[in-house]
Amino acid sequence: MAYKIKASDCTACGACEAECPNNAISFKKGTYVIDPATCTECKGQFANPQCASVCPADCCVPA
Amino acid sequence: MGNVISLDSILGLGELKAPADAPAAAEATGCSSSSCGSSDGPADMDPAVWEKVKNHPCYSEEAHHYFARMHVAVAPACNIQCNYCNRKYDCSNESRPGVVSEKLTPDQAIRKIMAVSAEIPQLSVIGIAGPGDSLAAGGKNTFKTFEMLQKKAPDLKLCLSTNGLALPDHVDTIAQYNIDHVTITINMVDPEVGQHIYPWIFHDHKRWTGLDAAKILHERQMLGLEMLTSRGILVKVNSVMIPGINDEHLMDVNKAVKARGAFLHNIMPLISDPAHGTHFGLTGQRGPTAQELKVLQDQCEGGAKLMRHCRQCRADAVGLLGEDRGSEFTIDRIDAMEEVDYDREAARTYREHVEADRAERHASKAAAQADVAETVGTAVDPILIAVATKGGERINEHFGHAKEFQIYEVGPKGAKFVGHRRVDQYCEGGSGDEDALDTVLSAINDCTAVFVAKVGGCPSKKLQAAGIEPVDRFAFEYIEESALTYFKDYAERLGQGAVNARAGQDAVIRTGAFTAKRA
Repeated sequence: MAYKIKASDCTACGACEAECPNNAISFKKGTYVIDPATCTECKGQFANPQCASVCPADCCVPA
Repeated sequence: MGNVISLDSILGLGELKAPADAPAAAEATGCSSSSCGSSDGPADMDPAVWEKVKNHPCYSEEAHHYFARMHVAVAPACNIQCNYCNRKYDCSNESRPGVVSEKLTPDQAIRKIMAVSAEIPQLSVIGIAGPGDSLAAGGKNTFKTFEMLQKKAPDLKLCLSTNGLALPDHVDTIAQYNIDHVTITINMVDPEVGQHIYPWIFHDHKRWTGLDAAKILHERQMLGLEMLTSRGILVKVNSVMIPGINDEHLMDVNKAVKARGAFLHNIMPLISDPAHGTHFGLTGQRGPTAQELKVLQDQCEGGAKLMRHCRQCRADAVGLLGEDRGSEFTIDRIDAMEEVDYDREAARTYREHVEADRAERHASKAAAQADVAETVGTAVDPILIAVATKGGERINEHFGHAKEFQIYEVGPKGAKFVGHRRVDQYCEGGSGDEDALDTVLSAINDCTAVFVAKVGGCPSKKLQAAGIEPVDRFAFEYIEESALTYFKDYAERLGQGAVNARAGQDAVIRTGAFTAKRA
C-alpha cells in the first residue's frame, strides 16, 4: 500500500515533501514522486496521509 | 535603466525652490498632509521606526516613490487554501500575488539578488512572499535564503509575508535573522466570516475545514502578531476586501490589529476573474470599485495607519512598486551573466541623495499646504487628481505612456496619496487607441484633473469632454506642491462659478487586465 502523485496536477510546490514522516517523497524531473517502498500511507503515524492532507492540488492519491 | 528613475534623472531634475523653515506637525488624529501609509517622516514617528521604514517602499508611501523592492520566489509550498487563490494558474503577463514564472532555490535566489542589485541602485528591500507561504514547509528555503543574504548583502532590508498560520513557531528565527518587517494577511477576526474565505487549513498534521479552520487560523494570526510586535518587529497587515463577505468587517480587523500593535494596515481590492480558476473567480464574486475601496479606507482612518500604495505584486516582482522588471532577470539570463561582486556604491550615492532631499521635501510640502490652508480656507471639498509619474514624486510621465496613474486627494487639509489605477493594456480585447483611452477614462473617472508631463491634442479633448481637466503646466514638478497650487486655482475658479465640483463619480479598479491568453 502506498500513495502516488498525479504528475499532471502537481504544481511542484513541495508541501508534501516537507510533511512526509517517512522521507518517501523526492523531486525528480520536474515533479515530486513518492517511493512506494517507503510510503506507509502514514498508517500508525497520523490519522490521514500527510501528503494528501496538505496538497493544494489534491493530487496525492492511493496508488 | 529602463523605466526606473535613474540617479541621473533624479539629480538632473532641478533643485527645490524656497524651502520653508520646518515641516508642519501632523494633526492629532487621522492623516493630514501626506501621512497616509506612514509617509510622513520623523515628525509623527518614533525615530527608530522611521529609520526602519524610510527606505522601504512597502512600509513608507514616501519611500515607494524612490526605492525598489524585489521578491524572490523560493517558497512555493502553502499550508492553507484561500478562495481567492489558485496556484495552478500562472500567466507571465499576470500581476497578482501567489503567481510566479520561475521558482528559485535559495542559491539561485542569491545569484538573482546579486544581479539585480548591481543593475538597480534603488533596490533596498528583499522580500519573500511565496508564491505559497514563506513559513510553510518549516520556512526552510526562506530562512536559508535570508541566512546567506545577510552575510552577502547586509545593507538590504529583509522582509517576509505570511498567512500567519505557522508564524508563532518561527518568531524567534525571524528575530534571529534581523527580519524586521513582516506582513500578515488577515482577512477576518471572526471565524464566522473566515469560513467563507478559507475552505481549509493544514495544521498540526491535519486538514481542518469550516469554522474550525477559520478559528485556528484566527487564533494563530493574533498570537503571531502579538509575538512580533512585542519584539519590536514591524508588522504590516494585508486584508483583501471582498464585497459582501468581509468589507464592513475589515473595520473590526483594523481595530483588532491596531490594538495588537500592527504598524500598518493595507486594504487591497479582491482580484477576481474566472480565468484565474479561483473559487471566487468561478463563482462570480466581484471585487470592489475604486470608490468602495476608498470609502472603506477612509472609514478606517484614525485606527491602524493605512497603506494605500500597494500594487499587489507577484511573488517574483522586481523594481519600483509600479513596475515589474522580473522578466529581465530570469534564471537563464542570470546564469549567462558573469558573477558580480556585491558593490553598491551607486546605491549608497542614491540613498545619500534621497536622504539629503528629504528635509527640503517635507518643508516644501508643508509650506505649500500652509499657503492653501490660509488662502482657501476649509469650505471647499477635496478633489482627486490622477498623476502620470515614473517615480521620484514628480509629474514626469507622458499621458499615453502611463501604465498607471497615481491618485492624490487634495483639499484644504493638504495633498495625500490615496491610491493608484492601472491602465496597462496587456491582453486586452481591443488594441486601438480608442479602447486604450476609454480604459483610462473609466479608471480615473472620479478625478477632477490629470497631471501629465505631456498629452496629445486628441486625448486632451476627450478628457475635457469627460469632465477631467488635462494639466501639463506642472510638467517635471513635484506632485504634492503642484496639486496644492492647482487646488488653490481650482477653489478660486469654483468660487467664480467657472468650474463645477465633480462629485458622486466612481471609477473601475482594473485588476483582471493581465489575464486571458497565455503566450
